[in-house]
Amino acid sequence: MTAEHKLFAYAPAPESRSVVDIAPSYGLFVDGEFTDAADGRVFKSVAPATEEVLSEVARAGEADVERAVAAARRAFTSWSGLPGAERGKYLFRIARIIQERSRELAVLETLDNGKPIRETRDADLPLVAAHFFYYAGWADKLGHAGFGADPKPLGVAGQVIPWNFPLLMLAWKIAPALACGNTVVLKPAETTPLSALFFADICRQAGLPRGVVNILPGYGDAGAALVAHPDVDKVAFTGSTAVGKEIARSVAGTGKRLTLELGGKGANIVFDDAPVDQAVEGIVGGIFFNQGQVCCAGSRLLVQESVADEVLDALKRRLATLRLGDPLDKNTDIGAINSAEQLARITELADAGDAEGAQRWTAPCELPGSGYWFAPTLFTGVTQAHRVAREEIFGPVLSVLTFRTPAEAVAKANNTPYGLSAGVWTEKGSRILAVADRLRAGVVWANTFNKFDPTSPFGGYKESGFGREGGRHGLEAYLR
Amino acid sequence: MTQADARLSVLKTYKLYVGGKFPRSESGRVYEVTDAKGRWLANAPRASRKDARDAVVAARKAVAGWSGATAYNRGQVLYRVAEMLQGRREQYVAEVADAEGLSKARSAAQVDAAIDRWVWYAGWTDKVAQVVGGGNPVAGPYFNLSAPEPTGVVAVVAPQESALLGLVSVLAPVIATGNAAVVVAAEERPLPALTLAEVLATSDVPGGVVNVLSGRTAEIAPTLAAHQDVNAIDLTGADAELARELEVAAADNLKRVLRPEPPYDWTADPGTGRLTAFLETKTVWHPTGGLGVSGSAY
Repeated sequence: MTAEHKLFAYAPAPESRSVVDIAPSYGLFVDGEFTDAADGRVFKSVAPATEEVLSEVARAGEADVERAVAAARRAFTSWSGLPGAERGKYLFRIARIIQERSRELAVLETLDNGKPIRETRDADLPLVAAHFFYYAGWADKLGHAGFGADPKPLGVAGQVIPWNFPLLMLAWKIAPALACGNTVVLKPAETTPLSALFFADICRQAGLPRGVVNILPGYGDAGAALVAHPDVDKVAFTGSTAVGKEIARSVAGTGKRLTLELGGKGANIVFDDAPVDQAVEGIVGGIFFNQGQVCCAGSRLLVQESVADEVLDALKRRLATLRLGDPLDKNTDIGAINSAEQLARITELADAGDAEGAQRWTAPCELPGSGYWFAPTLFTGVTQAHRVAREEIFGPVLSVLTFRTPAEAVAKANNTPYGLSAGVWTEKGSRILAVADRLRAGVVWANTFNKFDPTSPFGGYKESGFGREGGRHGLEAYLR
Repeated sequence: MTQADARLSVLKTYKLYVGGKFPRSESGRVYEVTDAKGRWLANAPRASRKDARDAVVAARKAVAGWSGATAYNRGQVLYRVAEMLQGRREQYVAEVADAEGLSKARSAAQVDAAIDRWVWYAGWTDKVAQVVGGGNPVAGPYFNLSAPEPTGVVAVVAPQESALLGLVSVLAPVIATGNAAVVVAAEERPLPALTLAEVLATSDVPGGVVNVLSGRTAEIAPTLAAHQDVNAIDLTGADAELARELEVAAADNLKRVLRPEPPYDWTADPGTGRLTAFLETKTVWHPTGGLGVSGSAY
């Protein structure tokens, strides 16, 4: 540790765990009640920062999917028959209860996911509440949304969400579905089931009618059964492109409506006139937010050759100050990787970067003795053919490429099967818009990155999936 | 007679609501307010032209902060008003029943609808721009975006019949979009409006965003209609003759005028008309340019 670091060393500032009471076991949430899985199976949810077992959770199987879809179907008639204003008031209640319990939920999410408390507290939870608040307001205004004078819900939505933003992805799925009058069966990821089960309790507090929301913690088999269930009218999935393609095959020919929010390999393009310090903050946030486990991460830095050295020097200086460690510490910037499997995947791809001849640089930081950790890493000398430039790493690994002209930047940015996000850094407004026009990506951030808002549609081009979540556009996936 | 029945209740002194405070009229005047059967209810302040001008000053001061707040924040505040109103539901049921001569059940229906109307408009704050704004595909290399903005200070002549539901139906859309309002309460039925001010004062609505004046409509409204720092006026509570006079006065600085057609049905779907009546549309152009290596300075 350098003298400079010692001078500015922080004392530990851990958030208290006592605000959240995690039960030793949880059931499935079906038809308004917690129940065991039909076959009695359970799995453990582990804190990735410590490998401590947080709770034992019922593992949904095919019979449970059957039960949950039936409950959602039964609830659909009365739920969709409610006046929109009444449905909206349930969602407003949920939004308010989430706000009230946001500290508890932030700590829970940090424990179960491994992400820093600063992020769950300042990003995840405020966005979750805001998402419910936003869609609550749409429930009685659907005729104004541009999808016809009297749009109708689809029926039962089967929703499968990932582990990187467990509660936020739940909000993105459930809020618009309910606002439009659908009922849902939602499967959270197997490594992060707990916040969805706490959400079930919030539904209880809000007095939500039974069966409107059903939560089935489980593995891929439960997700596959849900997606394939004949009485599911709508499938919404966020996760990997490979699984997204499997789902698309599974629902092909059934007439089910489908939206997919899949992987990405976002380009963050830094032009020579960009404000360097601001750009560096954006690059850091773009790839190291949530340990890089973000589908829209700016995982490819495209920097104009004339400023590449300056930007990289500043970037490395900044990365050296990131604090990796206890996710519950309010000063922590980089938390734990979500699971051993994900850590293995990141490690394998980073090793491939070495093997293919890119130069690895790792931020100087100590990794804790237990848990799953990966230090902020960047690769220079990366070509477009390298795996670290083509494949989604879903970890804190940045691949740096250079370009000389704007046209080259655009060509390189678009040279990917993905098309979720991109960033543009330049002082010149017309260049922002010219480049944005030519980028094949669903979200383009200019002089900022990783900005989210419930009013703003989000989703991909190409193999990053189809459909939009958020905003007025996000209603379309749940209406006919 | 029991002891409880013998207790004399404490009556409330009704006051104006201006700039987040509850002043008496600067004129020192009051007028008698009775229930539907002519029984005395209260002495309400009888606002003067000076009170109206003070209210405009207060509203103008509030515009920057309120219109600059995020739409999400305004939605939260309006929802908070609904929460507070719900908490005082019984009080309003009694007050509206007195003011409008309704049965308790019919009054309760009015109050419930008023609460839900706040919720309706709370949901609109961050959606109206998505419904009435948007990008325009101009025939040239330009980014072109139209977005609504609040017009500023809006004078609202509240409906004379429906003292709470009618009032909420005209007030909430004005402030939902970021305007500040000066309300002339129903002349013969001002008490629910003056009590609503107490709800607004405890609902995170910044002082000055809503100002409530009671008194003679024909005395207060012309001052507001002629005021050069008022941007728009809603004539709902003005009779045909007064409305014409106000509209003429409003023309002097080209106020936006909403002059709806009576009779009013406050239980009908409110639609978006009252939201858009007090919005300006701002369209921004910006060149998109080409991908040239060097180029112009913009």
